[in-house]
Amino acid sequence: MRKLLFVLLVVVMVVPLAACGGKATPTKAPVATKAPVATKAPAPAVKTLTIGFTASETGKYNVESTGQELGLKLWAKRVNGAGGLKLNDGNTYKIALKSYDDESKKERVQQLYTRLINDDKVDLLVSPYSSGLTDAAAVIAEQYKKIMVTTGAASDATYKKGYAHVFQLYTPASRYLTSVLDLLKAKDPSAKKVAIVYEKSKFATAVAVGAKAYAEKNGFNVVMYEGYDSGTSDFGPFINKIAANKPDAIIGGGHYQDGSTFSKQLYEKKVPVKLVGILVAPSSPKFAELGDAAVGITAPAQWAAGANYSPETAKAAGFEWFGPSSGEIIKAFAGAGVKEPSYQAVGGYAAGLILEKALLTAGSPEVAKVKKALEDMKIMIFYGSYNVDTSAGAHGLQIAHDMVVIQWQKVSGKLQKVIVWPEAAKTHSAIYPLR
Amino acid sequence: MSINTLAASIIDGLLIGFVYGIAAMGLTLIWGVMEVINLSHGALIALGMFGALLAVQSFGLYPYLAFILVAAFGLVLGIIVYSIAIHRILDAPDLTTLLSTFAVSMIIIGAGTAAFTTSPRNIEFSLGSVNVGSSIILGTKVVAAIIAIITTVLLYLFLYRTRTGKSIRAVANNRAAAELMGIPSTKILALSFGIGTLLAMGSGALIATLFPFTILSGSTYELKSFVIGVLGGLGNPAGSLVGGLILGFIEGLIPNFMDTSWTPVIEFALFVLILLVKPQGLFGSEE
Repeated sequence: MRKLLFVLLVVVMVVPLAACGGKATPTKAPVATKAPVATKAPAPAVKTLTIGFTASETGKYNVESTGQELGLKLWAKRVNGAGGLKLNDGNTYKIALKSYDDESKKERVQQLYTRLINDDKVDLLVSPYSSGLTDAAAVIAEQYKKIMVTTGAASDATYKKGYAHVFQLYTPASRYLTSVLDLLKAKDPSAKKVAIVYEKSKFATAVAVGAKAYAEKNGFNVVMYEGYDSGTSDFGPFINKIAANKPDAIIGGGHYQDGSTFSKQLYEKKVPVKLVGILVAPSSPKFAELGDAAVGITAPAQWAAGANYSPETAKAAGFEWFGPSSGEIIKAFAGAGVKEPSYQAVGGYAAGLILEKALLTAGSPEVAKVKKALEDMKIMIFYGSYNVDTSAGAHGLQIAHDMVVIQWQKVSGKLQKVIVWPEAAKTHSAIYPLR
Repeated sequence: MSINTLAASIIDGLLIGFVYGIAAMGLTLIWGVMEVINLSHGALIALGMFGALLAVQSFGLYPYLAFILVAAFGLVLGIIVYSIAIHRILDAPDLTTLLSTFAVSMIIIGAGTAAFTTSPRNIEFSLGSVNVGSSIILGTKVVAAIIAIITTVLLYLFLYRTRTGKSIRAVANNRAAAELMGIPSTKILALSFGIGTLLAMGSGALIATLFPFTILSGSTYELKSFVIGVLGGLGNPAGSLVGGLILGFIEGLIPNFMDTSWTPVIEFALFVLILLVKPQGLFGSEE
């Protein structure tokens, strides 16, 4: 009996030891993992490249920002649908997008971009919508030395702060409304009086400052130059004042909500004016909801569906052509249920394309290489030209992209946006004078 | 600056002033009857805006019918809010009622943000315009002003010609004495808060026919209501209407002579001046 107990005791003691021995054995297995050191058989790795951004799912930038987000998603879908980006480092990268709702608030933007970089470990950044939010995000991108391509952000100031990792897609704000003034001058050389009424936001103020300087330089008399607070919904006091100054043209606005309200109230008050040029709002298809109040309103646009950018125009302008045509982009948006994408929405796609080209040129997602590629890049895509300033004083500022002027007109009884300027790109003649 | 332009601006300002007036009336009535500064006033105005939006967009109601429904809902909601958040702390220090009404405001804004987001909304509605001399006046503003006047007259008739209205005034003057006379003060206070909420939400429904709005828009009108309350005298509904007109007049007049940005500066300077010189308001009676 004692022998039996002894044997049992031995078994009880030996089994765990054996178990431990069992555990030890696999530690040798990693040696076997050296087998993959059979990297000698180079199966290209499929990696994920994460692009982080915030979108204004709520708040005053909701319309423009969610459009921009959709554009970025459609770009990622195309890249992933084609099997990802095959770079010279031997890897293929699938694009993953990581985003949060910034509620159209600057303070949220800084928190969320920090979170994207530190917690979500994103590889590259795209800006939020609007100059103000982008300016806040740019600080974080620069602080962590992350590449950020900005879209929906035109203010010049962001690029004059010595940042080295922020690259602009849009035409800068200082050149935003100059094309509308060019149109006025071409249509009616006798028109001299201009009223500039703008939202006191970073972007719109920069546009107004640029437009005022350009107007005065070109012989216009700026009879009214006044800003309104963001969120203004009653433009009555401004409109009465505009009417008293009897301008030939009214230019200004800010973002979608105030711009559409301003346009509507100008129409309701039947202000006699020959040309109205409003920022941002008329570029959105939603502007058609104003009905007759939309007719004749012009807007500078970063892009319009009829804009004729192609491999041929790229070659003529001395730029390298890259990416799909406007037609393909419009088709992609139509597939997502958006028949008439705004330039902000399409700008999201274009930002993706710029990053795509930079990654292909760089050959890897390494920050220094992508940065160099973005600095040297001189290309034309469906959205227009891309080339940035690389001087220390304005690093990343867009210098190649040009604006078109669109106008809402009734074509065959149906409201639609048409291109009325520049002459070379126009699809219709401008309605002039308006009232 | 021509006379025509000045007249157009002032007419515009006065018309919107009527709407400011009834928005402020709700705040001032609640203060007058129960000495509660209702910090949920702005949120209730915004709720009125969204009530009108839902009634118009979801049920296809005419905006002015929506105004009546929203106002009726405001009456019921006000009585409920009073019962839950005000009644038990009515005799507590002022800070307690301030915090309680602020909490109600936060609840409304939080729930409103979750339900509607903070994206701007708009009731697509137009009544055309009328030409008065060289001025163009929007039909919606004229109708809003008429409704504001009718509402003020009805409120006055209610307060001065009905037994319940007289009870409200009695409770406002001396609650203890009113109770001794057999007036059920709790019911009267609840009704007063309900009427204050009715006016706030009703004014919100009217403003929604004029301008775009978000769930946060009420704060602008709440601030104006405080200025109007001080101008007209807290606790004086008629003073509120006149205070609203004064504010509207200033908003119409100032932009003709300086940047529109100066308007709130002048409004609040007037606010401080009245507090210093005549703290009971231009139309308030001496204590």
